[in-house]
Amino acid sequence: MIEKLNIVNRLPEDPILTTVDRALNLVRANSLWYLLMGLACCSIELMQTGGPRSDIDRFGSLFRATPRQSDLMIVAGTITLKMASRLKLLYEQMADPKYVIAMGSCANCGGLFDLTYSVLRGVDKIIPVDVYVPGCPPRPEALTEGLIKIQEKVKKEKYFTK
Amino acid sequence: MEQHELIEKVKVTCQDSIVRIEEMPNDDVLVEIKKEEILSVMDILKNDPELKFSISNHLGVDNGENYAVIYNLYSYPFKHKITVKACLDHEHPEIDSVESIFQGMNWFERETYDLLGIKFTGHSNLKRLLLPPDWEGHPLRKDYVYPDFYNQIDNRRPDLCD
Repeated sequence: MIEKLNIVNRLPEDPILTTVDRALNLVRANSLWYLLMGLACCSIELMQTGGPRSDIDRFGSLFRATPRQSDLMIVAGTITLKMASRLKLLYEQMADPKYVIAMGSCANCGGLFDLTYSVLRGVDKIIPVDVYVPGCPPRPEALTEGLIKIQEKVKKEKYFTK
Repeated sequence: MEQHELIEKVKVTCQDSIVRIEEMPNDDVLVEIKKEEILSVMDILKNDPELKFSISNHLGVDNGENYAVIYNLYSYPFKHKITVKACLDHEHPEIDSVESIFQGMNWFERETYDLLGIKFTGHSNLKRLLLPPDWEGHPLRKDYVYPDFYNQIDNRRPDLCD
């Protein structure tokens, strides 16, 4: 009886079958490290999302202060035209495969600052965006939902199978 | 010193420079001066033993037909307020920098130069403060036209009627 419960002895009888893609994607989706791209007030809400109450560490997401170790860029806040070229440079420094969440109205479309001369009207004008999270600012729950959407997208990707 | 006493004192000490002087609400006094006399007026307001003003704010205004610079001063020992104003012509808005008297005006004047294009002669480092160095035009001028492109970034507003 004890021998039957031992997982090492059970393996030849009940193997776990999966594809390399699915195993890889499961690992990648649960270790999406995000770049700290806090540009304005949304970054306060981004900090809250990483804080203990909503805690996106549960999904394997940690903040990184360098683009070279990041898989995901959460663009949190207003992008001025002065910052836009720097933001694009940071995006280009991230290793592929890379994902972008546009967090809040400003990153989506310019938001409140749509009528000003110095603000970029949406981060999708300079880099490709995977998930848009609406709100001004979005609550941590909304950003967590955005992260889960990215995870779903990652899990559907294929490398070895067609 | 009461408000009218302060007016008399300023009238006596800088009589040749004053265009008009009047009482303002909230214990303030407005002094409009000739723009050539800004340095001598500021010197008197700072160093006169009965005035001893410090500078607390600086503004630039585009009135359409002319520009104006406004300095808000406050005397900490005597608790007086005074507002110094000088009108500049519209074609070549130019005035002496008061950085030599109040060092903290360095960044204030750079900001006014950045946004309104008012030149401060004698300023030690008259470069743009907020906008990128390659920005064209001065955005808070009334005749400013918003750029459609900046560094090849398309920043046109979508037509909301489409």
